[in-house]
Amino acid sequence: MLAVISPRPLLFRVSVKLFYVSSFSFLKSTEHKLITRFCLFPARSHVSCDIKGDVAVVRFNTPNSKVNTLSRQLSSEFTDVMNEIWANEAVKSAVLISSKPGSFIAGADIDMIEACKTSQEVTQLSQEGQKMLEKIEQSPKPVVAAISGSCLGGGLEVGLPAAFDMMLTGRNIRADRAKKMGLVDQLVDPLGPGMKAPEARTIEYLEEVAIGFARGLANRTVSAKRSKGLIQSKSLCFSGMYYAMALPFVRRQVYKTVENKVQKQTKGLYPAPLKIIEVVKTGLDQGHDAGYLIESQSFGQLAVTKEAKALIGLYHGQVLCKKNKFGTPQREVKTLAVLGAGLMGAGIAQVSVDKGLKTILKDTAQQGLDRGQQQVFKGLNSKVKKKSLTSFERDSILSNLTGQLDYKGFEKADMVIEAVFEDINIKHKVLKEVEAVIPAHCIFASNTSALPISQIAAVSKRPEKVIGMHYFSPVDRMQLLEIITTDKTSQDTAASAVAVGLKQGKVVIVVKDGPGFYTTRCLGPMLAEVVRVLQEGIDPKKIDAISTAFGFPVGAATLIDEVGVDVATHVAEDLGKAFGERFGGGSIELFKLMVEKGFLGRKAGKGFYVYQEGVKNRSLNSGMDEILARFKVPAKPEVCTDEDIQMRLVTRFVNEAAMCLQEGILSNPVEGDIGAVFGLGFPPCLGGPFRYADSYGAKQLVDKLRKYEAVYGSQFTPCQLLLDYANSPSKKFHQ
Amino acid sequence: MACFILNLRCSDTLWRSSKLPTATICALLATVQPKSKKTLAKSGVKNIVVVEGVRIPFLQSGTSYADLMPHDLARAALQGLLNRTSVPRDVVDYIVYGTVIQEVKTSNVAREAALGAGFSDKTPAHTVTMACISSNQAMTTGVGMIAAGQCDVVVAGGVELMSDVPIRHSRKMRKTMLTLNRAKTLGQKLSLISKIRPDYFAPELPAVAEFSTSETMGHSADRLAAAFGISRLEQDEYALRSHTLAKKAQDGGLLLDVVPFKVPGKDTVTKDNGIRPSSMEQMGKLKPAFVKPYGTVTAANSSFLTDGASAVLLMSEEKALAMGYKPKAYLRDFVYVSQDPKDQLLLGPTYATPKVLEKAGLTMADIDVFEFHEAFAGQILANLKAMDSDWFAQNCMGRKSKVGAPPLEKFNNWGGSLSLGHPFAATGCRLVITAAHRLKKEGGQYGLVAACAAGGQGHAMIVELYPQ
Repeated sequence: MLAVISPRPLLFRVSVKLFYVSSFSFLKSTEHKLITRFCLFPARSHVSCDIKGDVAVVRFNTPNSKVNTLSRQLSSEFTDVMNEIWANEAVKSAVLISSKPGSFIAGADIDMIEACKTSQEVTQLSQEGQKMLEKIEQSPKPVVAAISGSCLGGGLEVGLPAAFDMMLTGRNIRADRAKKMGLVDQLVDPLGPGMKAPEARTIEYLEEVAIGFARGLANRTVSAKRSKGLIQSKSLCFSGMYYAMALPFVRRQVYKTVENKVQKQTKGLYPAPLKIIEVVKTGLDQGHDAGYLIESQSFGQLAVTKEAKALIGLYHGQVLCKKNKFGTPQREVKTLAVLGAGLMGAGIAQVSVDKGLKTILKDTAQQGLDRGQQQVFKGLNSKVKKKSLTSFERDSILSNLTGQLDYKGFEKADMVIEAVFEDINIKHKVLKEVEAVIPAHCIFASNTSALPISQIAAVSKRPEKVIGMHYFSPVDRMQLLEIITTDKTSQDTAASAVAVGLKQGKVVIVVKDGPGFYTTRCLGPMLAEVVRVLQEGIDPKKIDAISTAFGFPVGAATLIDEVGVDVATHVAEDLGKAFGERFGGGSIELFKLMVEKGFLGRKAGKGFYVYQEGVKNRSLNSGMDEILARFKVPAKPEVCTDEDIQMRLVTRFVNEAAMCLQEGILSNPVEGDIGAVFGLGFPPCLGGPFRYADSYGAKQLVDKLRKYEAVYGSQFTPCQLLLDYANSPSKKFHQ
Repeated sequence: MACFILNLRCSDTLWRSSKLPTATICALLATVQPKSKKTLAKSGVKNIVVVEGVRIPFLQSGTSYADLMPHDLARAALQGLLNRTSVPRDVVDYIVYGTVIQEVKTSNVAREAALGAGFSDKTPAHTVTMACISSNQAMTTGVGMIAAGQCDVVVAGGVELMSDVPIRHSRKMRKTMLTLNRAKTLGQKLSLISKIRPDYFAPELPAVAEFSTSETMGHSADRLAAAFGISRLEQDEYALRSHTLAKKAQDGGLLLDVVPFKVPGKDTVTKDNGIRPSSMEQMGKLKPAFVKPYGTVTAANSSFLTDGASAVLLMSEEKALAMGYKPKAYLRDFVYVSQDPKDQLLLGPTYATPKVLEKAGLTMADIDVFEFHEAFAGQILANLKAMDSDWFAQNCMGRKSKVGAPPLEKFNNWGGSLSLGHPFAATGCRLVITAAHRLKKEGGQYGLVAACAAGGQGHAMIVELYPQ
């Protein structure tokens, strides 16, 4: 239900919940266009109105923007237009439509909410919206919304648990599903080319159909009642439920169940979902007016919380990281070659072929290649099962993929991404082999998580064409791509790599070369601390619980299993060599013994936990007891409360992130926050290490670091940048 | 040239007034009009002629042919061709037949029909399939064989029996049954049988939808009509025109290709039974059949499920003359095209028309007779608009400008698939032979045959009247 890693749904949970019962939801339509009868929202900047016969057509068009957003300024324009429509005798019904193909109303204007100084201001905004929507809901003239593309809104009229689910998750709903749920009344399929561009004609057609529908509603030739919505058709079997909901006792039970579920999933770190339940509760128990009131008030309160600020910050950061700051590359990458069909290689291939890139997947062994190709197939096929892809589309996407064991066709590659084993000698060998067969313009990218790119590029004949592209596992689900440039990497090479990353749908940060770059380097000290905590006798389950309670989507011990103990060992060793004592803490020998015993993590079926196909509740790996016992060190009781353990992990993370900024590995705090949240699962509610340093206070962070430094030594020594910020309280990473 | 009305709305009036002797007018026009080329004969390329073409009456499925099998219909068409031409059976070098929905028992329906129609068992036969242009494919396959010098006489045709289509067991059930075949002991058999569950019995109907897109053709046609802004009214008017013209042609005895068919156990069928000129009011009452409730494609402005078969006799010109035949027409240049099966599923004629004209070195004005397959009224009107749209030519076809729409007074003057019926694989031969008959009757020289097909494919061919 809840997508914990992705902050986007959470964001909407905070910013979008404007009014209740006819609740906002995020409807995104790619396949179909929607028409619904309720709900309709004012847009920013521009609202125009045409009268076509007895139907008024209201058009939203935010100037100079790809999408329409709810802004203050145009709420009022919309209100004016609607008032005119209600006053005009000749108009019998109205159609609301966007002039922009693909976007009805993308959401509340975040800048508008951000600009509000107080919760009262936001509450007032919300109330204005409510009033308008209430008026439309009670409109004597039928209002039809013709929705094409992303839309906030739905005429969800019932406070059933099904409705809860949508309010809380803010998930995207496909158009056909929305129709089934009864959110929308009619679907209009997009049209192909005719005598003008398909998008333009489709929206015209949508308007024609909507006008017909509006006219039909006004003269009662079309029934206003939704014919087959899920909510309605289920109403028979749910009627028992309705009656049950009327009983306070049953209602309390339902609230409790939902609250528990939310509590479990959010760990209480996100205030919005609980507020939503409260709002719905008030609405059901005390009537609409009380519901509307508490809704606007809650929205006002939520909008100014630090969680909202953090999530809004991430939203802006993400928008920034979806742009190519190096400009358009001279040559578009059309053919991509991926070396190594392992988890990463196949993942990279998958996110490339489905964007139309011709992709060669090369491995050295048939078995490995088969596994990789199967992974790509499985990834796409799961979309077929979920009906977001047809089997035909899957097949045609897969036709972009060529699996092979040799370098055939590399002479046509525009970019090669290597995802071979993390060993500098192998990387060198591969680079030389590849450079012998690729054309002059072809870029060589290394998907390494820790080896410095300049070291890899040392054997290259054309180091300006060498770059790092650090993907995160699983590639098809993790949004981040960390691109690493060396001093010799050309601007055009960087532009190409970013363009490919964006095409693959990634959020891209660009960092300077160095051991561990940015993300791996931040993670290193934290994982070293995890090992120390383990050695101090805290069991992996407890560490997982402590770290998820802080907001990490994946527990710290589980994370090591996911990454792979062998990989973690490799990285820890490399970084240990590069940075020395600062990366110490836990004993690397513990990892080495795990590798020796074959406890490599999830991929081996055993790590800290035992993984079995089909078994959800994994148990601790009893084989670890002996290892943990062997490396046990005495705990320091003065820094071993749950909170201290959390802070030991987090302060080391944040301190290292700050050091990356200090050293110029990172060019700005925004990319630092985005990288940490999207790549490493840094708690989204905290907005990233730099946002967290701002909200927690650099001084307070330094104090904590000093406290642990006193116990453990230099691993906790705060970096100069953090000290500078601590010394001048007005200094913030994010202004 | 004044009657080359490109605007379809204006042409509404024109086809209503087609009670006027337009055929005569066009005949006059055609004779006075200078052609870009005197003939399409090419040096070094064999002239290939169609000597004769016949079809059994096209019937709505579920009527008189309901109890027959596809090869029975094909047999009747082949026998009709033999009777009409008296061609000695052993002269036929090869037989090619088209079919779309295959009867599994007669998957090479060409061979079964040929044997049953009394052709020599020494004449090989094969079956081709290319959706609604299957018999076009059969004919052009024959043309290729003759052109290559491998055959002199080829019979081509197509058959479709929509009254009976194969309905299969579910995949799970089929798998169980096939495994059962291999089970050796009673125990194994019983264990397999015991695994059968009620859902195994759910049958699998033949897909009515495009495999690649899962969209039914009617739905695609409705979206196509919407993309070109074609109204329900225009579609109904066009469908009415088709029925009206077909009725006139039927009553006037113009449908010379129809041969009677004595159906076993039933009366002799002599004419098509789907021609029903209705009124705009009656047609207007129908609800949309695919895009509900606001679509524009209805049962009345779509072609209906039809049973039927057709056959043509193709020869090299010299062979035909040597055997003393008077050929009806030359089969000249032809093209196959294909495009996006989703949004342009039914636009084959738009793509094929300019291509075949260029290939033949002709212009739209050289064509005296147009015979286009009418899958849906909306589809025909969309094609006419697409051919007349510079935007479409430039943005979708990569051409500099539009080819222009065929003038309606030369277009499907004896009805079309909407009214005569559309047994998928039999329609192509009907189009070619109708073009030949119309050229003779109306005094023209060049005819253009075009059709769309499932899979987003299309075909066009130039038919040249054999000098009289």
